[in-house]
Amino acid sequence: MIINLSSPHIHGGDSVRMTMISVILALMPAAIVSVYLFGWLAFLLITLCMVSCVATEYISLRMMGRPSSPIGDGSAALTGLLFALTLPAYIPWWMALLGSVVAIVLGKQLYGGLGYNLFNPALAARVILLISFPLNMTAWIIPMHVGTPVIDLYNFNDCLNLLLFGPEAIARTLDAITMASPLGHIKTEWSQGIAVADALKGYDYSYLDAFLGREAGSIGETSAVALLIGGVYLLARHTISWHIPFTYLATVLILAAIFNMIDPAHYAPPLFHLLAGGLILCAFFMATDPVSSPVTARGRIVFGIGCGVLTWSIRTYGGYPEGAMFAVILMNCAVPLIDHYCRPRVYGR
Amino acid sequence: MLHTLLKSTAEKSGLFHGGIEPEMSKITANSSISTSMIAPVYIVPIKQHIGEPCTPIVSVGEHIFRGQKIAKSEGYVSVPVHAPTSGKVVKIEEHAIPHPSGMGLPSIFIEPDGKDTRDESLEPIENYRERDPAELRERVRFCGIAGLGGAVFPTFIKLLKDQRNPIETVILNGIECEPYLTSDHRLMVEKPENIARGIDIIMHMVGAKRAIIAIEDNKPDAADAMRNAISSIPDMEHVEVHLLPTRYPQGSEKQLVQVLTGKEIPAGKLPMHIGVLCQNVGTTHAIFDAVIRGRPLTERIVTVSGDAVPRPGNMRTRLGTPMSFVFAQHGLEHFEGLHILHGGPMMGERLKAADVPVVKSTNGLLAMKSETMMKSHKVEQPCIRCGHCGVACPVNLVPNLLADQCRSEQFEKAESYNLFDCIECGACSYVCPSNIPLVHYFRYGKGQLAQISRAKGFAEASKERSEARDARIEREKEERAAKRKKVRATHKPKPADEKPAEERADEGKPTDEKSDSKGSES
Repeated sequence: MIINLSSPHIHGGDSVRMTMISVILALMPAAIVSVYLFGWLAFLLITLCMVSCVATEYISLRMMGRPSSPIGDGSAALTGLLFALTLPAYIPWWMALLGSVVAIVLGKQLYGGLGYNLFNPALAARVILLISFPLNMTAWIIPMHVGTPVIDLYNFNDCLNLLLFGPEAIARTLDAITMASPLGHIKTEWSQGIAVADALKGYDYSYLDAFLGREAGSIGETSAVALLIGGVYLLARHTISWHIPFTYLATVLILAAIFNMIDPAHYAPPLFHLLAGGLILCAFFMATDPVSSPVTARGRIVFGIGCGVLTWSIRTYGGYPEGAMFAVILMNCAVPLIDHYCRPRVYGR
Repeated sequence: MLHTLLKSTAEKSGLFHGGIEPEMSKITANSSISTSMIAPVYIVPIKQHIGEPCTPIVSVGEHIFRGQKIAKSEGYVSVPVHAPTSGKVVKIEEHAIPHPSGMGLPSIFIEPDGKDTRDESLEPIENYRERDPAELRERVRFCGIAGLGGAVFPTFIKLLKDQRNPIETVILNGIECEPYLTSDHRLMVEKPENIARGIDIIMHMVGAKRAIIAIEDNKPDAADAMRNAISSIPDMEHVEVHLLPTRYPQGSEKQLVQVLTGKEIPAGKLPMHIGVLCQNVGTTHAIFDAVIRGRPLTERIVTVSGDAVPRPGNMRTRLGTPMSFVFAQHGLEHFEGLHILHGGPMMGERLKAADVPVVKSTNGLLAMKSETMMKSHKVEQPCIRCGHCGVACPVNLVPNLLADQCRSEQFEKAESYNLFDCIECGACSYVCPSNIPLVHYFRYGKGQLAQISRAKGFAEASKERSEARDARIEREKEERAAKRKKVRATHKPKPADEKPAEERADEGKPTDEKSDSKGSES
């Protein structure tokens, strides 16, 4: 083979598999915290999504008559994990399964497999589910609840029954076991003319809870601290570069700070934006997905700023309470263009 | 955290962009230079430099001396070839040269007589500071010196004292950033005075005021040796030693100039355009040998290393020595299943067989067990656009996009993305998690583009030719018409005779016209 004759003849040893495994490792704190907060529900959901993503990938490759070796690169398992972490603790099992199939088939294999997808597969699946099943996708299980009034999250049988047969199977209604997320709450309250600060007071909102994760939300999105640990690990390992997470978060903070200063009654404070919803997960794990983000440093800065502006705008003016995933998906579309215009200055030119 | 952030920007002052830190494996760093035995036969290719090949000037059966010119240079970008030892020319025929394709070149086969008698006709020049730089430059050209770092560009061309581009700084490139290679390192440790004198000769030749000896910090002994040497020679106070952090590919001319001067060599220009001249350690030593000792280039230091070599070392080896003979002196006789590299593992060529000779570009000969080589025997995987290649690229290209363009044959687009600025250092391929042989794609793209531009040049030339012909035909037609008018004006016309000829001309069939015009011309 002629390729073997061409220099260089040594290799640094980095591999796609190691990259994927390192991201899965970086998500472990968030996954563990999610199980701590949402009990067996989170565990079952993560397992279900990861297994069905890998299985879907295998079946897709077989159907296309391609070698099934890419299964070993870990990208399908990572997609499954990422997707699960963006879900509410309770959604019917078949929705989670459907989402996993959508992520792999529509989000990835139809484009040509790993490396060719335009969108982040996990986010694409989440967006499709959100649009298709808005009720289930915005019903947030109250975290860390034990005992009969609501649901015992740490009882395996209860959780399995809920996942498989729905709230009726454990004699509950969806409303009884769920609540609004902070973002959803202030959006509803604001539409009724209640100022942000009052809305937060009414919600019993605490920054510490939001930082640690004790609030309603997607299982892997609530704990800022767990996500930050993983993000710093990825930065230190050079799996991701600082450009996207830094510019993304900074843009949201700056926009939020400016508008909060102008009109605190209508615009949520910057720290609230930072800790709310899927922002930190998106900034460190979704927007940095190498395949669907720009490849140059300048491009990544543009991309991060774009994500930030869109996230804040959708949260503030959009119909949905959370904008992070839409922002990233929209910016994914612009990546080829960004790459073209943000090439670095070549040596001597 | 902040440190990590800053580090990943890779834009630090006094450094070049990107680069990598491969395992250096300089296992021969402390091995003194040994001298190769006389080989049973020398195979001297007639071209060992970048440029025009030479013409043999000896005939089969002729007795020759060491250092005797045996092939003369043709054209400007060319340097002659000299006999590595005394003996008899046994044949002149094509033989494989160090090239991955296994291609061959006409080579002069010399059977040594064992006496190693030198051709002493070249006068040693001790008082070079009083000599005309042009004379010294001719000496360097005559002695066949080409860049021994591996590029083998004829050295005399760079040693021009040019008023338009005065050289301010001479840089001695002692970086040797390729893993395994230690030939320059050992030469600096063992012959620092000769190298220092070589620098002085170069400074005199180009009229430079200062010189920098650049050495990476994994060779502190070489830096000490060079510092001592320059302090022991009078009038060398404008020469300084710079110890630079080890980083591949710092030894690349463009990157080294950037690190030392903070200036970039503009695209398409040479270091001299920003007042800099770079010379390799081995080349500088060869210049010393040529001027001070009157000895043409017939030998060089070769690092013989790799994990398949029982006794790795550095060896003073004559040009033309069969590589198998060099390896044998280091305990390696069987090459089955091994990878033989000519040069370092980052930029060297993999050879098909070890029967090729050592040439001017042979800075290292490596024999590696196949399992230690490029873990990229693994299959190439799809690009995940991680961008590590762009971070590693010392010229700031976007390698993954370029490779994609070359693979999908969008060569013009690749050219507009500055494909030709790639220095083929291999840093991108080294870091690629998908094992994509990026440099391979770039070479392919460059080759294809060269072909396209040749074809384009040919098409344009023939278009020009055909346009010129059309113009000439038109002009001749007009001339003839004018002539006829004149004839008609003087003599009274005979319409019956003229008409058919005119009709034929109006049809304007080129072939007819051509034969007509030819007829009228002759």
